[in-house]
Amino acid sequence: MRDFVLKRVAALLLPFIQMYGLYVIFHGHVSPGGSFAGGIVVGLAFIAFATIYGLERGRAKVPEKATTLVESYGTLWYGLMGMIGIFKGAPFLANKLAGIDLGELGALSSGGLISLIGLGVGIRVASTMVALFFTMMEDES
Amino acid sequence: MIILLITLLATHVVLLAVAELPPYGMSGNPSYNQVAQRYIENAREDTGVLNVITAIVLDYRAYDTMFETIVLFTAVLAVIITLKTTEGEGGGT
Amino acid sequence: MSFTTVDYGTMVMLLILVVASLAMYFIKDLLHAVIVYGAYTLIMALVWLQMNTPDIAITEAAAGIAMTVLMMVAIYRTSRREE
Repeated sequence: MRDFVLKRVAALLLPFIQMYGLYVIFHGHVSPGGSFAGGIVVGLAFIAFATIYGLERGRAKVPEKATTLVESYGTLWYGLMGMIGIFKGAPFLANKLAGIDLGELGALSSGGLISLIGLGVGIRVASTMVALFFTMMEDES
Repeated sequence: MIILLITLLATHVVLLAVAELPPYGMSGNPSYNQVAQRYIENAREDTGVLNVITAIVLDYRAYDTMFETIVLFTAVLAVIITLKTTEGEGGGT
Repeated sequence: MSFTTVDYGTMVMLLILVVASLAMYFIKDLLHAVIVYGAYTLIMALVWLQMNTPDIAITEAAAGIAMTVLMMVAIYRTSRREE
């Protein structure tokens, strides 16, 4: 597992894998893909790093406090985005009804709340994958 | 032996049912009713995104996705409760 | 109503799916079964792509590999099989 070639290839490839995952998350509303798939790709990049370089260095990249925070506040972020609709006098999770500017069709900033919600869900899924992996891998001492 | 016979019978019934299905992707299939047509026609004006699937998942069916994230949270919570042994403060098991 | 004929490539992919599913049942070694599952999910992603649903193809590929990794971790943590 501590192979030199493996470490070099991972150091070359992992940034691009993570970049691709972030691309899929951010472009979920203009191209195929979405927050779930992109989040899983981002989480898998962290998992591959922890598998190749050792659990301690992987844990240094993603501390337990970070996954705990994202896990706990991810759904709250979704609810907060939904509360915008209520504050503007529209139903919960309303997007166009709440009078939010939808932007130009096909642009990255289009869709109003959709891209924000997708970003939240993507980070959520990534932290779920990482938390599952580390919880199963770490020794019960 | 009797289990094998039952399995073969069930496979036969399933294959009979599958042979009666309409081919996938045809526009005349019963699953393409007015709901799908309305979403395809109105998604761009309603939500402002190009990807209709994202429009349905994150806008028309936003409640569904919200509770999906709660399901993810519950799954991670169950795994952590089952597998994680805490040390230190908090009075872990 | 005209039928869309399933072409040769799709036929081969569906056949591989059936064979891989049966192989996962009959292989005794858990690690080998997980590897066959990885091949299964790759072919399944290609089938989704052939059905003109790139969304589901990306999700199938990502989630299938994620499930493979998590099952490998579970086997690594629990299995008693000797090397």
